[in-house]
Amino acid sequence: MSLVGPELAGRAIERALRRGGDLAEVYVEERRGFALTLDDGRVEGPQSGSERGASIRVVAGEASYFGHVDGLEEQDLMRVADSVAQAAAGGDARLAALRSARRGSEHPVAVRPADVEPERKAELLRLCDDTARAAGADVAQVTAGYAESRQLVEVFNSDGAAAADDRTRVRLSVQVVARRDSVVETGSETRGGHAGFELFADRPEEVAESATRKALAMLDARAAPTGRIPVVVGNGFGGVLLHEAVGHGLEADAVQKRASVYAGRVGEQVAPDFVTAYDDGSRTGAWGSDGIDDEGTPTQRTTIIEDGHLTSYLYDLVRARKDGASSTGNGRRESFRHLPVPRMTNTFFAPGEATPEELIGGVERGLYAVSFGGGQVEPATGDFVFGVSEGYLIEGGRVIAPVRGATLIGNGLEALKAIDGVAGDLEIATGYCGKAGQRVPAGVGQPHVRLAALTVGGTDA
Amino acid sequence: MTGGLDLDVAVGRAVEAAVAAGASDAEAYAEERTEREIRVYGGAVESLTDATSRGVGVRAFLDGRWGYAYGTDLGDDGIAELAAAARAAAAVADSDPHAGLPDEFGAAELGPLRSGELASWSTERKVELALAAERAARSHPEVSQVEQVVYADGEGTQALANSRGFSGAFEASSAWAYVSAFAGEGSDLMTGLGLGMGRGPEALDPEAIGAEAAARAVALAGARQASSRRCPVVFDTLVAASFLGFIGGMLSADAVQRGRSLFADREGDEIATSELRLADDGTLEDGLASAPFDGEGSPRRRLPLIEGGRLLSFLFDGRTARKAGRQTTASAERSSYRSPPSVGASNLVVEPGGDSLEELVRRADDGLYVTDVVGLHSGVNPVSGTFSVGATGILIAGGELAEPVREITVASDLVTMLRSVEAVGSEARWVPFGGSVRAVPLLLGEMAISGS
Repeated sequence: MSLVGPELAGRAIERALRRGGDLAEVYVEERRGFALTLDDGRVEGPQSGSERGASIRVVAGEASYFGHVDGLEEQDLMRVADSVAQAAAGGDARLAALRSARRGSEHPVAVRPADVEPERKAELLRLCDDTARAAGADVAQVTAGYAESRQLVEVFNSDGAAAADDRTRVRLSVQVVARRDSVVETGSETRGGHAGFELFADRPEEVAESATRKALAMLDARAAPTGRIPVVVGNGFGGVLLHEAVGHGLEADAVQKRASVYAGRVGEQVAPDFVTAYDDGSRTGAWGSDGIDDEGTPTQRTTIIEDGHLTSYLYDLVRARKDGASSTGNGRRESFRHLPVPRMTNTFFAPGEATPEELIGGVERGLYAVSFGGGQVEPATGDFVFGVSEGYLIEGGRVIAPVRGATLIGNGLEALKAIDGVAGDLEIATGYCGKAGQRVPAGVGQPHVRLAALTVGGTDA
Repeated sequence: MTGGLDLDVAVGRAVEAAVAAGASDAEAYAEERTEREIRVYGGAVESLTDATSRGVGVRAFLDGRWGYAYGTDLGDDGIAELAAAARAAAAVADSDPHAGLPDEFGAAELGPLRSGELASWSTERKVELALAAERAARSHPEVSQVEQVVYADGEGTQALANSRGFSGAFEASSAWAYVSAFAGEGSDLMTGLGLGMGRGPEALDPEAIGAEAAARAVALAGARQASSRRCPVVFDTLVAASFLGFIGGMLSADAVQRGRSLFADREGDEIATSELRLADDGTLEDGLASAPFDGEGSPRRRLPLIEGGRLLSFLFDGRTARKAGRQTTASAERSSYRSPPSVGASNLVVEPGGDSLEELVRRADDGLYVTDVVGLHSGVNPVSGTFSVGATGILIAGGELAEPVREITVASDLVTMLRSVEAVGSEARWVPFGGSVRAVPLLLGEMAISGS
């Protein structure tokens, strides 16, 4: 199965290089998807999509010239090649012989989602709805979503790269609203992966159970503590802290523009000796994994922090070339409509020696932050802010009560240095990461991690 | 691009194909668009993007059930496949007694939404505009780096048709530019954003955009964490726009009916001070969300949302209006052919007040001028309206701007915030945050600031 194949891609590359350029690339894609939601007890909004498109990029010196079009016909590709060639100038790359397609990491799909009756997907959502509502009268509202996609990708470039990928992703998400008197809280959970429908063979209702547990727990929440206090960050989605406060600063585009606090710090000790972290786009079946990245580079495991020392940035082809490095397989794009930029895949702290109980047991008064509503960071300074959607007060080494309205405010470098314990219970959660107007699936994860002190903001200042 | 096939012909065929496939009612939306984006860095082009897109989306109804399908193939076979996929998707849905096409169709009379000049601007001239913005930011002696300079424009056609006989199409264009500059080094480093938007490049002032980015960064350089306090707050225009855009989303009747809005059951209630007047207006020539009709063919209009301190109306599409026993407010929004219409604001417009920003700061006396907030969408509980968001800004001492601050949170709840608007600024501008918002600075009474 081929979308355009090397012959047509080769001609488009030659045409795009007509007026010069150091590198030319053809990226083509076909994507089919299906999604539906359940809201207020009703399955609604089923939608299916089918798109085909191509983009062509010419890199000349420091500049990228890029064009894209909906459609994969020969005249579509040639028109884009012409428009890109018009703009590009300088450089004298020629098309090298296209190698046979490079294979990337394997992510097996046992049950193709498109082969599963749509009615079964609706049933999956109804199961989640029933499970959540069975938890009692405090459950006021349930929303569940199912989405699947299959993306076929081919990438060719003038250095001779030829690569293809066949990516299937599925994701189930549940959000529960719990209400008691005037108190309203929400809890959410997701299960997803670079995998097929088999991901939901084993107790899919767990997703609903977890979302329900979070929402109900928060009904009893009191106001969050404020000030500089110890914080134990939960495993799984707690890794969003690493993703936002460290990972974005290691993306080579930010580093090369000096828009990152991590610029010039490779080799430097940025965390205690017992801290190691990875970005791993080859992790089998993980949500942020692909066989190859969107420039045709096989995905890999990149050690970003080893024994406390900063070891690597995350590169795509263009930024790697500038640093005399190799791409780390992090050149990702949302679709053919976007230029590839260095992006994380699955980013996580390696498991440590402690247990979550030990980490919590060592805190006299602090916050246990289990889930975040989301977060944002300014890569230039490393400053971050995260809303804690599920949090608990720790007193005397014990989790004593849920708290609401907590916000973590800090700085990535300071937070890394403040780590004083890492547990062994690594888990990876499914998220979407936005950058440069592009949204890509990203795995975030970690075991339980403790920070000796972090600023916690709340509503009772 | 469509092989000589006009978009209005394509949507007509798609509707026919869906009805032929068994749909009781159908609607098709198609768009065709060309876009250009230019990024410059260090006095040279960093990237140049040229894009064309075209696609169609079909909403097929099976009485109370509906499904959606979209695709990029506008040929007869592609359209037939899409229509059948939309009809098949509808069969999976549960029935909704209020679902269906709206009861009101038509087009409002609007001035031109397309720049007369965009087509005549060469790529070189647009690159020069972006470079001028970069130079303007860099020329400030305290700017240490200009990180991002982006110019972008787009123009295209949108067409909509349905099985009740509505058919319409219109052309629109837009252009915008922004600059992100740094001032200070090391731990003093702060960023500043400058931006401009309009129908075409002729509406953009590159010197003003660059200078704004520089001024914002320089004003914040060296910011430190403030101590916790309760004090009056002045929201900068961009911050006010972010909050009002969020509030606009909460006024969607869909969010209200699904129990996801703090404004549910508050129609007619006093939710703000009478200083704040807010409207949704999808007919303004300079509002980039304007269109003769909404995403399901109802004519656009001006809808007052908050006046005299009272919440006057929610935003309705056909379905939510039917459910509430109301009329549509033409608030069905289309983000692209890749998703069905959803209920939301078009252009949110704040009526300007009489006070300059300087006057608002003077009236605050001892307080905080907030220039940036982060984490708004994760930091607000949409049902209770309580929020805690990260902020940067400048302390106000004795009615004058004093030292810059960062790593603080501002906490309150949205209704308390709206009820504490003490004065509304006079300098209105369009901001693309939280949708399309014409905003002004706001002076608010006490809020909780959390820092060191």
